[in-house]
Amino acid sequence: MQPFTLDRGRDIADTIRRGRIAGTDYIAGGTDLMQLLKDDVRRPAHLVDLEGLDLDRITVTPKGVRFGAMVRMSAVADHPDVIKDYPVISQALLASAAPQIRNLGTIGGNLLQRTRCTYFRDTAAPCNKRVPGTGCGAIEGSHRTHAIFGGSRHCIATHASDLAVALVALDATVHLTGPNGARDLRLTELHLVPDDHPDIETMLHPGELILAISVPAGAWTRQSLYLKVRDRASFEFALTAAAVALDIQGGIVRAARVAAGGVGTKPWRLPAVEHALVGAPATAATWMRAGALSTAGAMPLRDNQFKVRLLQNTVTRALEQAGGQA
Amino acid sequence: MTIRNLTRREFLRDTAATGSAAAVVGTAGLGKALAAPAIMDAPQPSTREVTIRLNGADQALQLDTRTTLLDALREELHLTGTKKGCDMGACGACTVLVDGKRVNACLTLAARLDGRAVTTIEGLASGEELHPLQAAFIEHDGFQCGYCTPGQIMSAAGLLNEGRPMDAHSVREWMSGNICRCGAYPNIVEAIRQASGRA
Repeated sequence: MQPFTLDRGRDIADTIRRGRIAGTDYIAGGTDLMQLLKDDVRRPAHLVDLEGLDLDRITVTPKGVRFGAMVRMSAVADHPDVIKDYPVISQALLASAAPQIRNLGTIGGNLLQRTRCTYFRDTAAPCNKRVPGTGCGAIEGSHRTHAIFGGSRHCIATHASDLAVALVALDATVHLTGPNGARDLRLTELHLVPDDHPDIETMLHPGELILAISVPAGAWTRQSLYLKVRDRASFEFALTAAAVALDIQGGIVRAARVAAGGVGTKPWRLPAVEHALVGAPATAATWMRAGALSTAGAMPLRDNQFKVRLLQNTVTRALEQAGGQA
Repeated sequence: MTIRNLTRREFLRDTAATGSAAAVVGTAGLGKALAAPAIMDAPQPSTREVTIRLNGADQALQLDTRTTLLDALREELHLTGTKKGCDMGACGACTVLVDGKRVNACLTLAARLDGRAVTTIEGLASGEELHPLQAAFIEHDGFQCGYCTPGQIMSAAGLLNEGRPMDAHSVREWMSGNICRCGAYPNIVEAIRQASGRA
């Protein structure tokens, strides 16, 4: 680990002023950054601590729910209103990491965690995301867990967050502030696919900070569910995952929100699946037909082709579990 | 023979020092070429003063900012009950309580904990009286080699504070952050269920 200074801003303005200095990383829960520091993947000269900025509130209103960026994963997962009205969020968090890590990890930090691609985390390996221009070890190498959506010839690393998949499905907004002032961004627009610049992962400007994430209320949020498939039953990243939210009235799907995890270079919304669901009867046949559309446009490689069928089945099963079998 | 007067810890420390010196020669410089570009004006090691309320008593420390809570406990305070397994948050051997909540000490920078309360395995018993979890682990033989045990017990202590269901399936899921390579899981689960009073 390279030496770094460790400081806190007096307030958010002071924090941003420190954060815009070159070589500075913010540290929230630290569960991902600590690993990146120990592996020399990140080598900041300065860390700015985000603790103590009053960013750890959960606010529930009839219009939706708002999470301060520093709210712990465990606090959101255990929040009674989240469990009742936004179960997909609680379930995605409880399927993430382990209890100790969820007591440290934050909601804002979770969205900005770096990929688990082993080439990215191994400084002896080539990786265009870590050092642009060095090549991608995964495309020809070990890519069983890698993305089938959104890859480029420079990078096929999956986005690792379960929470982001649930929040993308529910049309979340991130509230930002930075050197150029405050702005809001739809979460679907926060993360970038790699294209020619896998090292640029988000729309965040240097020094810009996530203050909060808000999720609008909707008739579909209560009947929502997160289903995650992985190599072991717990404490593992997704091979495939589905976040689904359904508004069913009189046996007909009135509205649907569906996103997939473990398969995309960013949290992957599935509009074709949603389109197939709306107006259809809430039946097993509908779930299967919609699930089959989840992999339209997929570009699997040699060792991750299994994810195509697995994702179709994951989405179908999630729809069955959330929507029932009329 | 002086080795008879060495504690196990001193013996391990001395042999480890010899071994790691050789290892450093072997791997120095490997894998650095592709690391993220270094900042040109990289700072010198930076220190911070913190006071941590450790097992009920304030401990003032002056620490390199890079020091994890795990290394502060083991190397600075010589509380070696908290174990270093993977040092990457994957094994749970370093689990401690911070303000009553279980966390991985290896993923926590000690310098961020000024004014916070830390409980380690050394602080769990009341004098000579074992914590119910410690007694239950003995009664159920919840270990073999014992290396993961302090982390298992501290994680279970956090779990008991959380008020989860205590059926075996739930305990397994909520203890998933702690691995036991000896495979003593059935006995660990039973020990925790008994200590919860809801077995």
